[in-house]
This record gives sequence, C-alpha cells and structure tokens, in this order.
Amino acid sequence: MHVVVCIKQVPDSAQIRVHPVTNTIMRQGVPTIINPFDLFSLEEALRLKDQLGAKVTVLTMGPKMADQALRKALTFGADEAILLTDRAFAGSDTLATSLAISSAIAKIGETQPIDIVFCGKQTIDGDTAQVGPGIATRLGLQQLTYVAKIVSIDQTAREIVVHRRAEGGVQVLKTSLPCLITMMEDTNHIRFGTMADAFRAARSPITEWTAVDAGVPDISKGGLRGSPTVVKKVFAPTARTAKAIAISGDTPEALANSVLDTVFAAHPSLQGDLQSSIATNSQGASS
Amino acid sequence: MSQPATPNPAGSKEDDLLAASKGVWVYLEMDRGHVHPVSWELIGEGRKLADKLGVDVWGVLLAPPGAANQAAANDAFAHGADGVYLMEDPILADYRTAPYTTGLTKLITTYKPEILLLGATTLGRDLASAVATTVATGLTADCTGLAIDMDTRSMAATRPTFGGSLLCTIHTLKARPQMATIRPRVMAMPPRQEGRSGQIVPVPLGMREDDIITKVLDYIADRNTNEAHLEFADFVVAGGRGLGKVENFKLVEDLAKVLGAEVGGSRPLVQGGWIGHDRQIGQTGKTIRPKLYIAAGISGAIQHRVGVEGADCIIAINSDPNAPIFDFAHYAIVGDATKILPALTEAFRRRLSAQAN
Repeated sequence: MHVVVCIKQVPDSAQIRVHPVTNTIMRQGVPTIINPFDLFSLEEALRLKDQLGAKVTVLTMGPKMADQALRKALTFGADEAILLTDRAFAGSDTLATSLAISSAIAKIGETQPIDIVFCGKQTIDGDTAQVGPGIATRLGLQQLTYVAKIVSIDQTAREIVVHRRAEGGVQVLKTSLPCLITMMEDTNHIRFGTMADAFRAARSPITEWTAVDAGVPDISKGGLRGSPTVVKKVFAPTARTAKAIAISGDTPEALANSVLDTVFAAHPSLQGDLQSSIATNSQGASS
Repeated sequence: MSQPATPNPAGSKEDDLLAASKGVWVYLEMDRGHVHPVSWELIGEGRKLADKLGVDVWGVLLAPPGAANQAAANDAFAHGADGVYLMEDPILADYRTAPYTTGLTKLITTYKPEILLLGATTLGRDLASAVATTVATGLTADCTGLAIDMDTRSMAATRPTFGGSLLCTIHTLKARPQMATIRPRVMAMPPRQEGRSGQIVPVPLGMREDDIITKVLDYIADRNTNEAHLEFADFVVAGGRGLGKVENFKLVEDLAKVLGAEVGGSRPLVQGGWIGHDRQIGQTGKTIRPKLYIAAGISGAIQHRVGVEGADCIIAINSDPNAPIFDFAHYAIVGDATKILPALTEAFRRRLSAQAN
C-alpha cells in the first residue's frame, strides 16, 4: 500500500502581525509550521504504515524553504519527501495549485501506484478547503472530505469504509481505492517521532521537482496565468462609522447598571425579548 | 420575469462564454428532505446581485423525487428566486460527490450562469470545489461580502485573508460561472414574500447507480445539536483570552445563564482547550446574528469580527482601550472583564426578574 500526504508550510497565524500604517503583513520573524490540519491526515497515514505496512510519501509545493516542513514530516515517520518548487507556480490560486500537485501525484504513482492521497481539511492561511477536492477531481479519485474515522480497509477487495462528517450527522461511506481523504480536526494526535526517524530525517535527501519534473501538462495553466481568480485589493477593515458608545462607572455595579440603562433605552424591545426567551427556556427545562 | 434560460450553444472561446453566461444561481442545499437555511440567505444576496446586473435569480435543486422538492421551490420563490432548475433522481437520495458534481456541472454547461453561490457547509464546500475544478473556473471560499463591479460586470467577492488579519477582494474575470461559498448566517435572511411564484425547469441527471463507485451504507444523526443553537441564538455571551485563566470562563457561563444565552469563545480559547470547536465564534468557527452579543476579553481580530458583525447589539468588555473590538462594537466597556461580568450578571438578573414579576 502506498499513500501520499499533501502538506503545506504556513506562517504560524497566531503570530501574524499587520503593520498598523501600511496594512501589509509583517512576515519577518514569523515562524512557519506544517499546516495543523495536515497533521491529522499525516498521523492517519502513519497509522496505515503501522497497521498495513503502507509506504508514506509526503509532498508539498512551495519555495525552497518549504523543505523544512517535509523534513519535519520525515521525523514523524514519513518514508519519502518531495518538494514541488518552481517560479512558474508563483501566484497559483487553488485551481492552479491542484493542477501542479495532481500532476506530481500522477508522477509519483508511475513509480509505485497510489492507494490513498491524504490532504488537510483546509489550511490555516487560505482556509479554502478547495485544493484537496481539486486534486481528487483532476485525478478521478473518489473524494472523501471531512472524514471523522477510517472504519476499515480491505486491501484484497480494494475497498474502504469511512465516517464522513455532514451537517447534522455522519455518513458511513464505502468506496473503492484509490481515493482522496481529508481528515477532520481532533480525530487523532500526531505522534512523537522516534530517535531513529529523527536521525533518518536529518540525513534523508529531499527530492526537488520543477514543473517539468512533475509533468505539469501545460504550464500556462499553472501559476498566476493559470489562476482564474484575481486578488484586486487587500485591505484592513474600517471601523464602523458610528463610534462605540463608551460606558463607564465608579464601581462594577454602577457600571453594570449604566450599561443596562443605556442599552435598554437604545433597544426598547431587547428587555422584553430577553424576558420571553427566559420564560420559554424555563418552560422547556421544566417540561 | 424574463423567459427561462435556454440551452446555449457551446462557445469555443473565452469571450463567447463570458457573453453567453447570464443569471445568478443559488444552490439549494437539500439534505434528507430539508433545505439548509443558508440557501434562503443566499437567494436574498443573489437577488441584490441579479438586480444590479438586470438578470434573474435561479435556484438549483438536486434531490431524490418527492413532494419536498415542490415545497422547496415554492420557498425559493418566496425568498426571491425567479425560477428553479430541478434535477430529480433516486441516485441523489444522499449527498455523494460524484453524482452531485456531474449533475451540477451538466446544469452549468447547459444553461451557463454567470454567478453561482453555495453555502460554505461541508456539503457546499465539497461540491463547489469539485465543480469549480471540473468547469475550470474561479471559486472564492467563505465570502463575507459580495458586490458587482459594473465596469467589468464581475462579482467582487470579499473574504478574510492571511489567517483573518486582513480582508481581500477577489474577482474571476475570464471564466464563468463566478463561484463563491458563503458561510451560514453571514448574509441576512430575506423576508418571505407570500404569493410570489416562479418557473420550475426539470432536468434529468442521466446517470446509472452502477456507474457510481461510492455507496452510502448508513447515516448516523447527531444527538447533540448544540452547534445549531449557537448559530441561531438570539443572545450570545462569549469570552476570550482577556479572561486570563480557564476558571474565569465560568463568569461567561453565569451571565449566559441569566440571559438564556448561548456561550461561545474566540479562537485562542479553542486552541487552549477551554471550549470545544463547536463553540468557536469567527471565520473558522460559527457566524452568529444574535439580537445581543456580549464579548468579554476578546480583542476582536478580523477573523472574530466577521463572525459577529451581523449582531444587532454588541457590548464589548476589554481592558485595552485600543482593542480592535471597539471599532465595531456598539457599546465599549474598558475594564477588567472578570470584575465587570459578575456585576452585569447580577444587574441583568435583578432587572429581568423585577420586570417579569
């Protein structure tokens, strides 16, 4: 069994700062991490390695420095790492990104056929959740997003059963391999890699592929030129035109009373709404 | 209402497709006989875009045959749709990526809409991504604002970017349809207009069950429906990192109890394990539209702001007078939330019970 895990190196968004005057992102000194959502998929892949002896190949697309994310994935126990890096990919939106990555996956599959492709549910920098399904669509893989649990894999019948999170419930789906899976968050915990893996990761070469190496069929459909979406404007939100009304008081109690006076005066129906809501709630609780 | 769209001959060039693409479509998300309310919110928003462009709004419904479909179409008309494309087939009984993608793609290539909006639900995101890739067009996720740029006759889709620290506006200029997903509760629910009607155009799916690889073995309904409560709650009290320590979150819960409100929190509280992800309010959590929102110790980064801006009344408590939350709150209380929350709880308790008696 061969599984490919697509990961992305992202800025640790909790630490992103916006320059207060120029409204640009201050990237300097912002640490990068493996997109946290990808780790749930990576751990699931490593469990298939433990249980079924699967080979785990990790793949990323990005600048040269993205090799750090791959090396980190190797320390967790991944077997092989491929970095897709080419200036031609610069400015890719999700459609162009899925073209590049799916081409590379097809190329990886030429050496050893792939049974499962894993992606993160979404990234924390783009938050689109679009690249995984884009890859599945381009490669004709059965698409299993928001997977809460892999229930079983039958390697002989080449079938997999999963729980997929839907609105208001969970679907139990059975499909054939190969498939693409995006794991839900909090479905597992990424392991601590072994010392052996850490040493191996430090020595392992990371394969670098250009667009040509990855076999991207038409480079004009990649990168900025191959991206149908155009970012026209990046901006900071403006404050509401009406400024917030400041409420203060000498003591917390005086302040609280002042808040209620002010808010109930400005929103006359609010007090009644609250009271009827409380009445409904207590009825519900007693019934 | 104008004539329903008729199939257009396939244009070979980009410009032909741009010129031939007309109308705003809203995907009507029906799951297990029930239409997700985000569909009506999007018809309301789609109506504004369509009026600007001078075109019609069409709902798109893929579902198994059943009486619920006519009712859903009538609901779509009442919320502002001019017509509904209805694709009925037993294959569509449960959501599966492949048949839904095939069906929606067939409708798009046949009738050529210029704009297609879907709810950013697990279903909508899964389907939108597959369809946008299939028809090779632009898709903008989790939009918080939609507008029309009349110079280019294109949709300006605004969404948070860089982990929610800035906003960006995205256009799809050379491909159609221009696709966007919008999270539930981001757009206001349009009022129902009873008696409004429209046309239903049936379109066959044209697939056989044998051709579909993925099978649905079972569906396990959630027992816990807390998530829906937060999104549709009229009153919400939430806490953030400014509460200092996890024990202090009880102060938020105490106030919520007195108000009959739902509790929520900002992203750092979820990351810190104080509350579950289903209680997170903001871009990567829930969007709320309550009558009253009280935010205690939340700084108000954009990613939080976009989740609460639809609230009628926002009271913010923060010890930092420069916290961004005061840029969009209606009432600003500068001070220690752990001291002010108990006083507010007591004041609300007294005031609300005094009036009731």
